[in-house]
Amino acid sequence: MNRQEKAPAPVKRGWNWRIWTGFLLAVAAVPAYFLFFTRFPLTRDVPWVTWLMFAVAGWLLWVGVGRAFANSGVYRGKIAGPILAVLSLGAAVFFGYATLYASRQLPEAVSAPRVGEKAPDFTLADTRGSVVAMSTLLSEPMPGMEGQKPRGLLLVFYRGYW
Amino acid sequence: MRGIQNSLSELEREGVRPVAISVDTPDESAALCRKAGYTYTFLSDPNADAIRRYDLLHQRGGPDEKDIARPAEFLVDASGVVRWRNLTEDLRKRATPEDILQGAQLLQ
Repeated sequence: MNRQEKAPAPVKRGWNWRIWTGFLLAVAAVPAYFLFFTRFPLTRDVPWVTWLMFAVAGWLLWVGVGRAFANSGVYRGKIAGPILAVLSLGAAVFFGYATLYASRQLPEAVSAPRVGEKAPDFTLADTRGSVVAMSTLLSEPMPGMEGQKPRGLLLVFYRGYW
Repeated sequence: MRGIQNSLSELEREGVRPVAISVDTPDESAALCRKAGYTYTFLSDPNADAIRRYDLLHQRGGPDEKDIARPAEFLVDASGVVRWRNLTEDLRKRATPEDILQGAQLLQ
């Protein structure tokens, strides 16, 4: 006699939300840092919020993919899970590269003027195109200082391209 | 630079005049000031002459391999002598207004 095996009843397998939430969290972590968390020294200098987001994302993906494989009759995501996990890992690696390596590739500026040395003079154009010398900036009265000369200049060199 | 704008009145009270310098053209700097609401002095050093004199040139550091300035801040006193400086090792980390106001105590 043939033993007839009963075909498993087609059950609708549940949506594996952990995989997708983890993936979205990992992908959102990168723009969230550069567009928002860099505004505050507390979350910018050591990006702990961003790494926390990656940690939570990693945990969600780990649990989600684990369920997809161990309990594939109930949870979906055997194909999508590993793909999204790799993409999330890629986002974390990119973030680590950008903040731990790329942003530190600055020239050393060994001959930059030191404390106690004379600051090199300069004559440069302002936003209206008028030429301004450092000596003028030091001798011209300051706004909001009732005609007094400044005690000093704060020179801020920045990368530009805004 | 946003931080400097936000603490402009404290800096002025200390007699510190902020001056931002980059390779951007005057028009580009004017557009930045308009967009971001910056009211202090922005100077344009398109050939990086002053930037080179301060040894702050970051060769091919900008887009299209353009030479630009590495980030740095200096406080220069009325006689033109450097009293405080900050050469960051990481371009994400800039001097905070608190660091600068503390440095301003070293001005004569």
